[in-house]
Amino acid sequence: MSTSTGFFEKAPGSPEIAERFADLHPPLTPVAAMIEANRCLYCFDAPCMAACPTHIDVPKFIKKIASDNLEGSARTILDANILGASCSRACPVEVLCEGSCVLNHHNSRPIEIGRLQRFAMDALHASGAPLPFEPGKDTGKRVALIGAGPASLACAAELRRRGIQADLFDARALPGGLNTYGIAEYKLPLVESLREIDMLTQLGVDFHFNTVIDARALDDLEARYDAVFLGVGLGAIRKLGIAGEERAGVTNALDMIAEYKSGTMTSVPARVAVIGAGNTAIDAAIAAVRLGATEVTMIYRRGPESMSAFTFEYEHAKQEGVRFLWHVVPSELIGEESITSLRLAPNLGPPAHRSENACEVAVDLLVLAIGQGTHTEFLDGGKVELERGRIVVSRATGQTSNAKYFAGGDCANGGREVVDAVADGKRAGIGIANYLEVAHANA
Amino acid sequence: MPTLETTFAGIKCLNPFWLASAPPTNCGEQIMRAFDAGWGGAVWKTIGAPVTNVSSRYSSIDWSNQRMMGFNNIELISDRPTEVNLREIAEVKKRYPKHVVIASLMVESKRETWHDIVQRVEDAGADGLELNFGCPHGMSERGMGSAVGQVPEYCEEITGWVKEKARTPVVVKLTPNISDIRMPARAAKRGGADALSAINTINSITSIDLETLQPRPNVDGKSSHGGYCGPAVKPIALNMVQQVMSDPLAALPMSGIGGIGSWQDAAEFILLGSGTVQVCTAAMHYGYRIVEDMSDGLLAWMRRKGYETIDDFRGLSLPNVREWKNLNLNFRVVAEIHADKCIGCQLCYTACWDGAHQCIHLDRADGGMQTLVKGTDPRYEHGEPNPHGMPTPAMVLAKSAMVITTTPIPKLDMSSVASGEGTPLHRVPRVDEDECVGCNLCSLVCPVPECITMERRDTGLPPETWEQRVAKREAAESVAATGNPNL
Repeated sequence: MSTSTGFFEKAPGSPEIAERFADLHPPLTPVAAMIEANRCLYCFDAPCMAACPTHIDVPKFIKKIASDNLEGSARTILDANILGASCSRACPVEVLCEGSCVLNHHNSRPIEIGRLQRFAMDALHASGAPLPFEPGKDTGKRVALIGAGPASLACAAELRRRGIQADLFDARALPGGLNTYGIAEYKLPLVESLREIDMLTQLGVDFHFNTVIDARALDDLEARYDAVFLGVGLGAIRKLGIAGEERAGVTNALDMIAEYKSGTMTSVPARVAVIGAGNTAIDAAIAAVRLGATEVTMIYRRGPESMSAFTFEYEHAKQEGVRFLWHVVPSELIGEESITSLRLAPNLGPPAHRSENACEVAVDLLVLAIGQGTHTEFLDGGKVELERGRIVVSRATGQTSNAKYFAGGDCANGGREVVDAVADGKRAGIGIANYLEVAHANA
Repeated sequence: MPTLETTFAGIKCLNPFWLASAPPTNCGEQIMRAFDAGWGGAVWKTIGAPVTNVSSRYSSIDWSNQRMMGFNNIELISDRPTEVNLREIAEVKKRYPKHVVIASLMVESKRETWHDIVQRVEDAGADGLELNFGCPHGMSERGMGSAVGQVPEYCEEITGWVKEKARTPVVVKLTPNISDIRMPARAAKRGGADALSAINTINSITSIDLETLQPRPNVDGKSSHGGYCGPAVKPIALNMVQQVMSDPLAALPMSGIGGIGSWQDAAEFILLGSGTVQVCTAAMHYGYRIVEDMSDGLLAWMRRKGYETIDDFRGLSLPNVREWKNLNLNFRVVAEIHADKCIGCQLCYTACWDGAHQCIHLDRADGGMQTLVKGTDPRYEHGEPNPHGMPTPAMVLAKSAMVITTTPIPKLDMSSVASGEGTPLHRVPRVDEDECVGCNLCSLVCPVPECITMERRDTGLPPETWEQRVAKREAAESVAATGNPNL
């Protein structure tokens, strides 16, 4: 069916980047994993499992590490989350599984669930064993999936395990969406995302790369397929809306991250300013430090209490030497051909801060990270119900207002984590299978 | 100030901590270092006709993150020439006259041979003799060790031979590889033994290598059953020590052995009647230094309890071990979960449902705390049946699997993340007191100390044992049979 494997070998990147973006959380050694696994209490109806959007049976996979059944451990993870390796690295475990570990209430460190999960997945990859699932018996049903990010991949895996053909269409040259191009390299290297997708493709999925689906193409797919899954993610990073944003020296966080991860950007100039204070902004700021900037400043219109980044991300940025300017907004970009400095005006906030914060910052590279817009224009015209650009879905099934269309991931949830996209895709995959069986029975 | 100094079967001891006859007491150099570390005595590695040992010799089983929960050996008695052992005994006694050196002996079952070895070790200066009637591997195939200990007649006879010659106290070391340890203990007593030590190691195969299918310890692809010891055997040893010490026909000064590694272990053996304790596995695991805390901790406990000497508390728990038929059937405890300590692991819930009596439920958040559930327990007078009517574990899990969870976005829905706050109420299980039989299981599985306590409930009934109940019933039946209330 599919001949699209071998993404791992095709991975772009540079050794220089690999060196500068070494694992933030290094892998556990077998001995350390065994000790940590044995620390798990093996809770009933465990809070970590409930906190995981994909409901991985955490105590079960940890118990299997402790019993040296690594194969079973990996299968337990993948059964709930087909991108279990990526999630083990990319998940904000502090606010998910590890944040809910009962040991937090026991004056103890929570179990290092993320690192244990990575241990089990690394062991599977190292063993060279195939994906421990078979595709289901062919049903003759076909589903088109728009976007090949985590939501579509998870959806495709559910479909394939149920014998439904899955064709993925993506604008990029490689699969994985933000899982491949958008996660800080010290958390999830691009090549690891591709390794995992290679494994998933053993279920037999067809990829159509460098393919942009517009309204016409969508009509065509709708006619040719039994159902359509929309996993298109969000759109480009928003503009500041001030003059001169197009000039050299201005970029956005997603492009910057994708470029350094692909190895096309291996250094940045000395002075970098990042506008925004979300998790992506922090990823960009830390990347700038790692890429050689000597002065990295994050600029946010409100105070630290309002930033949307996780607390641990904020702490990490501070540790990397990132400087923060609060309660200011860019009012003017200064520079002829290329930007040289940024004028900041005071924004809301305690009056005491205002005058002090009004200043000019010398900048060689300005990185915008003030949130992504949506790109669901191709769905305009009432194909599916949208709400402020987001696709409205039934959370339990991923079904949209149009019965034949399902959706999940950032385009439906507004932009959350990889694991949320996987959970959306998984529910939608099951939802589509149920829908198609109903359709079949009705035929 | 309490003291650890004690006298065991007439032997003065600086403290009750002896190293058992085993690799840690193989030679004089080791024993002198052990005495320097604080051991009060040492039972020399069993002396007899020198043997040839195999390689390898030990194996063990681990539990969770703990190494050597149980330990196994197929090493035989001393493989050193007897003269060397005797010369070193003399040297140790010369340098450490206040420390106890016991010679462990095992020779072939001939009167003259026993007489000869007794004479020689006593001449060397041993403070006492321990007859190794317990070694379960190798030596038993040659008619020694447990082959003697398993036959009460041999025990009695050989003890008698030794007593004919011995000038120092004779300790008989018992094997646990027998159905009733009191039989060889009684035999030893009949033979004139001055003291007993128990237990020797238990027949065991610790593990099989799942790659090679060969058992451990591996000797050229094969193995042989060994002697099991270490923390895992302590409960077995405590029971056997109690059985002997509660038996008037068997009880003698007892040197307790089996899984002892801490002062608490030692105190428990002493409370069941031991006058000294012997240690091996713990010293093999961590070295002689462990005795420091054994002494220090035991002294501190004695101070807290107001005991001046070992004899002040020796055997105090023996009267508390009864036959089952003498336990009070009208005593009742129930589990109480202290919500303020609960971390929400729900191990008590699954344990109670699958391993006990289905009386722990997950309904606190649903008002289950207020709902009175009528019980079927005959000790309660509600009388109404309760077929639980509660969700089973599988139903609980199925419900959880349906919940849709998303990663909380900071500043938007972080309030839903319970960080640093207490355990959410729905995670704290509730005990249905009426159904609780007071089995202890929940309190045993709970990882939090004092979170689940067993609380006494007054049944309003006077104490009654099974024996009393049966006697009463028989009396009533005989009354009914004869119709004469005066019978």
